[in-house]
Amino acid sequence: MMDPRANAFKENAAKALANETLQSALSIAKPRFVDKRHKAKERLPEFDSLRDVARDIKNHTLAHLDLYLEAYEAKVKAQGGHVHWAATAEEGRRIILDLCRRFGARTVTKGKSMISEEIDLNEALERAGIAPVETDLGEYIVQLRGERPSHIIAPAVHLTKTEIESDFRRVHAHLPKARNLSEITAIVGEAREVLREKYAQADVGITGANYLVAETGTSIIVTNEGNGDLTQILPRAHIVLASIEKLVPTLEDVSTILRVLARSATGQEFSAYTTLSTGPRRKDDPDGPSEYHVVMLDNGRSRMLGTEFQDMLRCIRCGACMNHCPVYLSVGGHAYGWVYPGPMGAVLTPSLIGIEQSALLPNASTFCGRCEEVCPMRIPLPKMMRHWREREFSRHLAPATQRYGLKLWAFFATRPLLYRWASTIAHRALRLMAAGQGRMAFLPLAGAWTKHRDFPAPERKTFQEMWKEKRK
Amino acid sequence: MRQDAAAPPKPKVALFVTCLVDLFRPSVGFAAARLLEHAGCSVEVPSYQTCCGQPAYNSGDRQTAAAIASQVIELFAPYDYVVAPSGSCAGMLRSHYPVLFADGTPERAAADGFASKCHELVSFLVRVMKLESTSGYCDQPVTYHDSCSGLRELGIKDEPRRLLRQIPGLVLNEMQESQVCCGFGGTFCVKYPAISNSMVEQKIANVEKTGASLLLAGDLGCLMNMAGKLSRKGSKIEVRHVAEVLSGDLSHAPIAGEPRS
Repeated sequence: MMDPRANAFKENAAKALANETLQSALSIAKPRFVDKRHKAKERLPEFDSLRDVARDIKNHTLAHLDLYLEAYEAKVKAQGGHVHWAATAEEGRRIILDLCRRFGARTVTKGKSMISEEIDLNEALERAGIAPVETDLGEYIVQLRGERPSHIIAPAVHLTKTEIESDFRRVHAHLPKARNLSEITAIVGEAREVLREKYAQADVGITGANYLVAETGTSIIVTNEGNGDLTQILPRAHIVLASIEKLVPTLEDVSTILRVLARSATGQEFSAYTTLSTGPRRKDDPDGPSEYHVVMLDNGRSRMLGTEFQDMLRCIRCGACMNHCPVYLSVGGHAYGWVYPGPMGAVLTPSLIGIEQSALLPNASTFCGRCEEVCPMRIPLPKMMRHWREREFSRHLAPATQRYGLKLWAFFATRPLLYRWASTIAHRALRLMAAGQGRMAFLPLAGAWTKHRDFPAPERKTFQEMWKEKRK
Repeated sequence: MRQDAAAPPKPKVALFVTCLVDLFRPSVGFAAARLLEHAGCSVEVPSYQTCCGQPAYNSGDRQTAAAIASQVIELFAPYDYVVAPSGSCAGMLRSHYPVLFADGTPERAAADGFASKCHELVSFLVRVMKLESTSGYCDQPVTYHDSCSGLRELGIKDEPRRLLRQIPGLVLNEMQESQVCCGFGGTFCVKYPAISNSMVEQKIANVEKTGASLLLAGDLGCLMNMAGKLSRKGSKIEVRHVAEVLSGDLSHAPIAGEPRS
């Protein structure tokens, strides 16, 4: 798996805060994310009740996941497709490489898939001499730059038009130098032009799946560019790479969840393309792949079932939590150091790579609760981040200064008499240090606070002292 | 014997002072007590209260949080209501204490019962005491920051605005993103100072755009964070707890900023 850099979150965040391009890109994205979702929600009075239904559908599915997985597999097979089970990222890569070799693949087109990022598929393909070509515009851009997506639905949200233009000029060196790329439409047009050839060359198309339907054995992708359709229809073989929690019982269920997905993600009523694939090309089909394979990745998810983290498996990867997270919007997605950023990443990453590798993520929240407020699947993200902090605490993973500070505070907070005494002492000490000023620009042991802000001087006495005086 | 129907007994309210008010800003505690009395409550302040336990709870130390919760539940048992001038502490008492104890245990039942009598100050005045106006005073443009726990755990949004708007002379200039976190987050602000700083800078920028000369909120943590930033920037904007304005006593220096007269 991609070497996680989640433990460097603080250093990553410091760099991100100093990165002007990133800050400017985030400040452009922020109001758009928020306004669009808000307006979409306002236009649909039943939005919140649909969230309840969507949550219940996923809860039901997760409670009977084994049965639905079996039913789904049987349906796929009955339609001439194949299902491969991958317990780990390594197995997932091996299965896909074997399939690609079997199909003699030299070029593979790819639809947008975070699971592919999770298992480092592109690197594995490249090492095997197979060229992966990302066809989602954002993914294409980050691939050109040798980067990773910084957002689960807007992979290049950390960039501004200027960077993208210069990347295109650098990589598409065969195109006329004098061409005008100042408009977004020109950039999109150029990407389409370049990618069109790749679709035709590709031997295998790999897509993710937004949903897998147990009732019909169908995989569904939702896109705005139509790139997913070309990726899965034109090559000889279509490989669907999906994780096991993408399962939904029926098409009816999918249509319910789709009503909250795009609204939460991009503020659209519906994404431009919702594409269903059910097995390989049939005799009378005008087009489609002759081979249809589904790789079902577990990679730690079944371990979450039955734990306090099971609700996380309801996630439909809309990105609303990060779009509304003041921490994500301050530092961007790369700071999180692994595949999944923002609040959903702060919960999912420790589940998938271990809390030892990622303890800073569930701590990087003020528990402001905005993520849970907008989550279409009503996932209690702050509660689960707190569960991770509990695991971290019980394993003594937090820095020693934090643990001892907390212990000292707890000692007094659980002894009311001593607490009264200690708070009076603390009050006097603060008064002394303030030396008659209304504010302190420096305070011992509170450097993290006073580096950026003043500390207000306390009033004359503690409230309890004054209350006693007054009521005598 | 007939009871006097004219004077129903005053509800017995315990003020949950909060550690920050106790240590830094007693005037908020007095403002809260005055408002509660104005609304017809009899107010008491149990002197052996410490903290709601949030620092432990949010740091993953559930055991200490539960120990503190048990202590608080017992100390405040004799009162009809427990009211805190903080959405964050009230949210802890109301929304989080019950989950610290296993379902079906007597401790859980006690925590559930306790939770239902705990309130944040302004929402208590409006929702429970049906207060429609206060003897508040203010003649300057103000803006109001919704602190996260009050807003999202307790649904407090309209109540402070409703009481503020009835104050003669008060103009409420809403800021953009009033519902976005100020970056305080308890220990967050010292664990991730750079991110916290970026958040409070954005918050302050939104405050400044309103043209208000007084920033209000219902939580001292957020207020100290925003005040500290304004003060560091040399801003003249005053910062106060909403209870100070509602109670009409602005005789104490603001948390930040120069009082105008």
